[in-house]
Amino acid sequence: MTNPVTKFRVEDKLYQNRYLVDSGRPHIKVRPHEQPSANLLALTRVCPAKCYELNDKGQVEITADGCMECGTCRILCETSGEIEWNYPRGGFGVLFKFG
Amino acid sequence: MINEEFDAIVIGAGMSGNAAAYTMASDGLKVLQLERGEYPGSKNVQGAIMYANMLEKIVPDFRDDAPLERHLVEQRLWVMDETSHTGIHYRSEDFNEVKPNRYTIIRAQFDKWFSRKVREAGATVLCETTVTELVRDGNGKVIGVRTDRAGGAIYADVVVLAEGVCGLLGTRGGLRKMLKPEAVALAVKEMHFLPEEIIEQRFGVKGSEGCVIEAVGTISHGMAGLGFLYTNKESISLGIGCLVSDFTAKMESPYTLLDALKHHPSIRPLIAGSEVKEYAAHLIPEGGYKAIPQLFGDGWVVVGDAAQLNNAIHREGSNLAMTSGRIAAEAIIQVKRRNDPMTKRNLALYKTMLDESFVVKDLRKYKDMPSLLHNNAGNFFTTYPKLMSQAAQNFMRVDGTPKIDKEKATTAAFIKARSRLGLVSDAIRLALAWR
Repeated sequence: MTNPVTKFRVEDKLYQNRYLVDSGRPHIKVRPHEQPSANLLALTRVCPAKCYELNDKGQVEITADGCMECGTCRILCETSGEIEWNYPRGGFGVLFKFG
Repeated sequence: MINEEFDAIVIGAGMSGNAAAYTMASDGLKVLQLERGEYPGSKNVQGAIMYANMLEKIVPDFRDDAPLERHLVEQRLWVMDETSHTGIHYRSEDFNEVKPNRYTIIRAQFDKWFSRKVREAGATVLCETTVTELVRDGNGKVIGVRTDRAGGAIYADVVVLAEGVCGLLGTRGGLRKMLKPEAVALAVKEMHFLPEEIIEQRFGVKGSEGCVIEAVGTISHGMAGLGFLYTNKESISLGIGCLVSDFTAKMESPYTLLDALKHHPSIRPLIAGSEVKEYAAHLIPEGGYKAIPQLFGDGWVVVGDAAQLNNAIHREGSNLAMTSGRIAAEAIIQVKRRNDPMTKRNLALYKTMLDESFVVKDLRKYKDMPSLLHNNAGNFFTTYPKLMSQAAQNFMRVDGTPKIDKEKATTAAFIKARSRLGLVSDAIRLALAWR
């Protein structure tokens, strides 16, 4: 499966969901780095909302708008300090209709 | 903002938090419950199967008004390879009883109902409020919380951490360690909507009867994982989860697994023509007994997923959550009645009571299963499922091969894949971990 197809599909899935995005206040941040660690790199595949992507310098960037707040990235990368993870402010973030 | 002092603050309005808040408020305690979602359930994800017995102990007449989808009359356990499934199906008319034992539910709806019960019992429920920090006194005793709302700290005699699997407050506050990737699964799920009649036809059920399928095999691509399909009234919950450590090591995408499951020849006809209305992801604690953290301390207790109380083998979680919430509440009520302070020493009662319940007894029974499955994922989730499929097909297919040769071929395939010693060793290890 090629990457663009996968990306398209995930965005298609996320399109079904409801979010209240806290503009300008992302609840997850990636620490600036030269090269990503194995865990950070894995997030580009493992994140179920495909929030993490590689830029053309080979660094991992995040767009947290589609985040489902599962916490997988926190488990993998918070301890090492590679990401900073908080819950969105009250009321913001994903709003599951069914859960 | 809130100047009152409470008997208890409950953080989170999921199963364990609602059970705790309801139990304490019903007993007359002054309870504040804080939930970061817009409404209770908006951050919560579950399969979901709800076990009646554990809810009856909290809300005995829940069947009168709780939003229940279907009561389960049939359970299918499948072992799958790329083109087949081998199954054990259990269906019984006995499950069509006056008070059914298991129901499918939709969490966002169920949690709203449960939260209404909590309010009716007298608790104050504040949504859209993220707790940012635990407040401690000079001796380290938890005496309240700070939130992202304007205003200062809110104080209570005891804080019940029902904050869910991520457990940000507890891990950051040093109450327990960060979850390990091998002790937690990531599950993704879609809600497939179909007309009621279609669901009834496809699964051979009528009225509010329901059917569930749980499956292991090549669908998890060699990782320790489980697929599931639950029938709701007008929808099907379809999902799959695997250990985070396995996803990471294999660089697998959860949505790719889910898509492959949807296209599996055994699953595809069951969801054909459905409209997907939501895609959700959530973590599930899988570490079992050995992963249970410290459950109580000065001014706090932890319940539910935040306490890793999940029985991965029996796929039970919300009932352990509810029960731990209820038991924590009952312990707090007892301490309160004696006019004793909410110290670590006194709150140890919660653990004593929980140890006596099915929650800890069940987890203790399977204490060695998580590491066995984690360390042998390739064998248990790929090799054996494939062998089972080959054996079944070899048995079913009539092609003129003498039966004795067919049997020899099946035996040879098992020995070739795992060796005689390997087969015996797998069986013994599984039996030891199970007993």
